[in-house]
Amino acid sequence: MAKKSDIVFVREKDAPLLAPPLLESGAFGWFRQNILSTMNDFSSVGGAVRSLIMAAATLFIFYYSVNILWALIDFTLIEAVWSNPQGLKRELCTTALAGGVQHDGWHGACWPLIFAKIKFLTYGAYPFEELWRVNLAGVILIAGLVALMFERMPYRIHIGLFMLVIYPFLAFALLYGLGDWAGLPFVYTYDWGGILVTLVVALTGIVVSLPLGIALALGRQSKMPVIRGFCTIFIEFWRGIPLITVLFMASVALPLFLPKGVNIDNLLRALIGVTLFASAYMAEVIRGGLQAIDKGQYEAGTALGLNYWKNMRLIILPQALTYVIPGIVNTFIGLFKDTTLVAIIGLFDLLGAAQAAVNDASWSTPVQAITLYIYVALFYFICCLIMSRYSMRLERKLAKTND
Amino acid sequence: MKEHSVFQFVNDARVRGILAQVALLAFAVFCIGWLVSNTAQNFEDQDKSLGFGFLVQAAGFQIAPTLGTWLFDYEAGVSTYWDVYFIGIVNTLLVAALGVVAATIIGFLMGVMRLSQNLILRSFATVYVEVLRNIPLLLQLFFWYFTVLRALPDKRGKVELLPGVVSVNLEGLFLPYPIWQSGAGVAGVIMLVALGAIWAVNRRSQQRQLLTGHPLPFWRIAGGILLGALAVIWLSVGVPFEWSLPVFKETGPILRRGFQGDTAIVVIPEMLAVWFALTLYTAAFIAEIVRSGIMAVSKGQSEASVAMGMTRGQTLRLVVIPQALRVIIPPLTSQYLNLTKNSSLAVAIAYPELVSIFAGTAMNNVGKEIEMVGMMMCVYLTFSLLTSFFMNWFNKRAMLVER
Repeated sequence: MAKKSDIVFVREKDAPLLAPPLLESGAFGWFRQNILSTMNDFSSVGGAVRSLIMAAATLFIFYYSVNILWALIDFTLIEAVWSNPQGLKRELCTTALAGGVQHDGWHGACWPLIFAKIKFLTYGAYPFEELWRVNLAGVILIAGLVALMFERMPYRIHIGLFMLVIYPFLAFALLYGLGDWAGLPFVYTYDWGGILVTLVVALTGIVVSLPLGIALALGRQSKMPVIRGFCTIFIEFWRGIPLITVLFMASVALPLFLPKGVNIDNLLRALIGVTLFASAYMAEVIRGGLQAIDKGQYEAGTALGLNYWKNMRLIILPQALTYVIPGIVNTFIGLFKDTTLVAIIGLFDLLGAAQAAVNDASWSTPVQAITLYIYVALFYFICCLIMSRYSMRLERKLAKTND
Repeated sequence: MKEHSVFQFVNDARVRGILAQVALLAFAVFCIGWLVSNTAQNFEDQDKSLGFGFLVQAAGFQIAPTLGTWLFDYEAGVSTYWDVYFIGIVNTLLVAALGVVAATIIGFLMGVMRLSQNLILRSFATVYVEVLRNIPLLLQLFFWYFTVLRALPDKRGKVELLPGVVSVNLEGLFLPYPIWQSGAGVAGVIMLVALGAIWAVNRRSQQRQLLTGHPLPFWRIAGGILLGALAVIWLSVGVPFEWSLPVFKETGPILRRGFQGDTAIVVIPEMLAVWFALTLYTAAFIAEIVRSGIMAVSKGQSEASVAMGMTRGQTLRLVVIPQALRVIIPPLTSQYLNLTKNSSLAVAIAYPELVSIFAGTAMNNVGKEIEMVGMMMCVYLTFSLLTSFFMNWFNKRAMLVER
């Protein structure tokens, strides 16, 4: 036992806090952890070679990323033409050498071209004095979707039912018209175009393919051989062929299958093709959910005395559908992107309208196509990104409630 | 009493099932009958007939030079529609095969990069995946074809990718091709023998590893055999081929300037655009599959193998990758199938694949819509059937053996 006097030193105050090690913290530490850590192994020959390759790859990719990013900013913002005070067309976005107003070596986006074409890119040839109908339908759609995104929204179920059941008829009446007696003269679909057609095809596909997909998936799981066989063949057929052949069939072969005099609208044909195609994919996604449900759930439902439909509606489908929400949204995103294919059979969806604008000789400049493509790409990118982010949020929320 | 038994009969689940199936069957038969009778009526009215006689008629249109036209010696006015069909299939398969190889390489690279600790590589891969996945393939195809490839110099200019050997201009990509010399047959036989020997050594090595735990030094032996075979070929017949380099004329009559025919393999720009678009688009999806596959292997697996004294390379090669592949391969195969089906979008820029020349050009010429769309669908259905056979086979083989 040592006496207190034997102890030479007793610390009575805390030691002063040291600054964190320079190599592990701050900007340098961040750099070391996020960049250098993959290329600082020089303990062996193999490690050194790997580190050097990694360093070279990192530099290479960094250099090109910065270059591409700068080129994009330069093209779309800095060099770009924004205003068109003199009302020029082709001359506005060509260099002086080619008879335009821009200085030599100029290369930038031609945004006035988009402004000039914006009506065509959004509505197609929809008559100007009737545009309020499209706008009204669009405003109701956006308001409804935004309202549905918030969980605390009062009357959320009623809004949802309105959007699913009443809105389609309302939108049809607004867009297609009811006749002169109602003040809504008909606007035939060959005058529709642009974002209007894209949204009509995508939303119809989405709304119809979900119930159809559920029916097909249940049919494929059914114990009745005829129904199962029918659904299996239907699903595998549509999944086995490319959408473009479906659209080709709808546009050239379908008229041969129908009685004489029955003429189905071009847009409607594409809609039928896209919807059936999407519902086959939807069915497979939902089947995945059905298979993931524990057998005990089916059996417990039956033991409670529920019949098949009640069992499905109250027990199985709510679980199966929540389980596959990411898959369903992915199918929606795929469907949304696939609507561009209707441009190939001659409908003017956003891409088709843009392609028509690309071929407009009065705006013919070297930057005409790329400007239009950037605009279209931005539209699809933002829409798809919103959908995928929303599904990720939903997924996280569901994962929390299940725990 | 009697009424009661009728209710019992109708409420019996089995009887209901049979009734539902009979109803569906009757409905399906009715629909098919209706379609067939409509078609028959339409055919009668339009003086058309069903039949495949057109397949032996000569096709009178030009097809851009591709692998298919070269294989089938296509000549307008001489070759038949049957040839056109197979040229379409060959060109579809060609671009699909090239796309699969390139998309796999880029996709795996991006997938691994998304998991890298290196921030620059990781963010680059993330941006790549998010951007390319969310922009429609058709738009990407238009971008490559109408903006990037259109910016190339015309046929009297060129951009040299590999000076004197590989060049590109508006007419396409010019590649050298080998001219086989007299000893080519002998050389081919020697190479085949060498490959056979390598295969035998590989089998032997696996057997030995199973028996004794020590494999043969396979890579060294295989390398030795290959070098030996090359040496034998060189000593016996010399170099068995010569390269035909593309000849480019910059002088002479203006119409004759540019690349001279027959001195190079020409890859048409349509094919390049389809290949780029399909590759880069599908690679984004493959990257996500690879990432989730690697993340699905639990960390304990690699920690355990490191604890057993395996090196980092061995851990990756023997423990992580085999388990990740089990998760990766089924969705990867369906991406390959998607790529093949998506190659049909090439119709939009007239690359002569199946949909474009058979359902497009040829159908416009002979007007046999039903037969031709049917034949075209058969090809895609065969692809998808083969893919699902492969997937079932693989799943059986790769399934975890549970005890």
